[in-house]
Amino acid sequence: MNPRVRFVIAAGTFAALLPLMAQKGPDPQAPPPRVANKQAAHDDDSAQGQRVFKQNCARCHDAPQGFPPQISGTVLRHMRVRANLSARDEKALLHFMNP
Amino acid sequence: MFRLRSSQRELSSRRCIRILAGATLLSLVHAIPAQDVPLISGGAGFVTSTNGGNTTYVPVISPLLAAPIGSHILVESRATILDAFFPKGGGQTGYTHDSFLGLDFLQADITANRHMTFVAGQFLTPFGTYNERLSPIWISNFEDGPLIFGLGTMGTAHSVGGMLRGSAASTQRVNLDYAAYFSAASTNEQFNAERSAGGRISLYVPAAQLEIGASFNRLLQGTRENFSGIHVWWEPANSSFRLRSEFARAAHARGYWIEGGYRLDRFGGGQGVLSRFEPLIRMQQTFRSQPDANDTLPSVDTKQADFGLDYHMPHELRINTSYSREFSSSGNRNIWQTGIIYRFLIPTWSGK
Repeated sequence: MNPRVRFVIAAGTFAALLPLMAQKGPDPQAPPPRVANKQAAHDDDSAQGQRVFKQNCARCHDAPQGFPPQISGTVLRHMRVRANLSARDEKALLHFMNP
Repeated sequence: MFRLRSSQRELSSRRCIRILAGATLLSLVHAIPAQDVPLISGGAGFVTSTNGGNTTYVPVISPLLAAPIGSHILVESRATILDAFFPKGGGQTGYTHDSFLGLDFLQADITANRHMTFVAGQFLTPFGTYNERLSPIWISNFEDGPLIFGLGTMGTAHSVGGMLRGSAASTQRVNLDYAAYFSAASTNEQFNAERSAGGRISLYVPAAQLEIGASFNRLLQGTRENFSGIHVWWEPANSSFRLRSEFARAAHARGYWIEGGYRLDRFGGGQGVLSRFEPLIRMQQTFRSQPDANDTLPSVDTKQADFGLDYHMPHELRINTSYSREFSSSGNRNIWQTGIIYRFLIPTWSGK
C-alpha cells in the first residue's frame, strides 16, 4: 500500500477515535493519597488548590506519589516558574498539599 | 608579647573565616522555612531504540536541584547524563559507546511581584510547549521528542540571559500567562547559546480545559531568522483523553505534531492494572524549504506516525513503549523504542 495512503488512513482513524476517547470517565487527575485532602470539597481554600493543581500541574505530569512536607514549598516555588503560577495560586496549592 | 607571626595570623584568620562561614550556613539552614528545604528530583532510566535495524541502549539520569534562598529567590538546575551504546557500523561487529553530560538549565528565579518572576542564567528557551513542559525524561510520553523540536529553540534548547515570566491573570474563567526573554551568544561548552529574543503567551480556559498559545522568537545572529508557532492543548471535561499539538514555522522549514492520549482510568477504578495503561498516538509532519545544517529537522519532507503504549507503575516507575513509521523521500523506516523511567524526589536534609 502507498505510504501516503497508509498515513491518511492512520490519521483518519485517529480523528475518528477522538469523540470516542473524549467520552466521560473518572477524573484522571485525582491527586495521590498523601497529597490529596479528602475534605477538599468542604474547604474553599483546598478546593481552590485542587483546581489549580488540575489546571496547572496534572495537565503535564502525574502527581508525585507522595513527598515529605518539608519540600512542598520548594516544589511549589519550582512549579510557580515552570507553570507560571500566580502568587495566589501558589498559596492555594501549598494549602492543598499541607491541609 | 602576644604578637603572632604572619603565618600564624593567616592561619588564625582562615579559622575565623571557616567558623563564620559555618555559622552563617548553620543560621541559613535554621532560617529556612519548614517547607522550603532544598530538594533533589529528577529521573533515571534505561532506554532502547531500534532505528532502521540498529539498536541503541542508553542508560540515562537527569537530576534536578532546587534550592530556595530567602523568600524571593530560587536557584535551580537540571542536567542530563547518559551513555549511549550503539553498533560500530562500517562493517565492524560489536558496540561502541558515547558519553554525554549536559547542563539543561542553571537559573536563579527572582520573584518580582505577584505576577512576575525574573529568571537569570541559563534557562530553557520558551517556545511552544515541548521544551519547557514535556522534555523531562520522567514526563515525556515518547522517548523521542517531536521532529520540529529544533524550530524556535535555537538549536541548543536553552538560552543564556534573562527572562520575565508569570501569570498576567488567573481566575476561575481564564488564565493568561506570558514569558519574554533575551539571550546572549555564548560558545561555552556547558552554556552554549545563540543571541536571540522572543516570548510566548498562553490563554487557558478552565471551563473548556482548552489552552491556546502563540510563540515568537528571533535569532539575532547569522541568518537572523524569525520563528513563530502556535500550540493547542485540550482535555475534554471529566475525560481521560488529552490532546496536545504544536505548529512551528521558520523561513527554512515548518511542521507540526499532534498527540492524543487516553489514560484507561475507567477500567479498574484508577488503581487496577488496566487503569495504568495509556495508549498514545502522535502524528507529525515536517516541510523543508531550504537546507539548514543547524536545525535538527529531517533534511527532506517527512511524515511520521507514532503509536505508543505507556504503563504508569506504582512507586514512581513508568514504562514507555512506542512504534513509529517514518515516511520520506530518503526512505521509509521503522523505529521501536522502549524506556523504563524512575522518578525521584527527595529533600537534601530532613528539615525541622
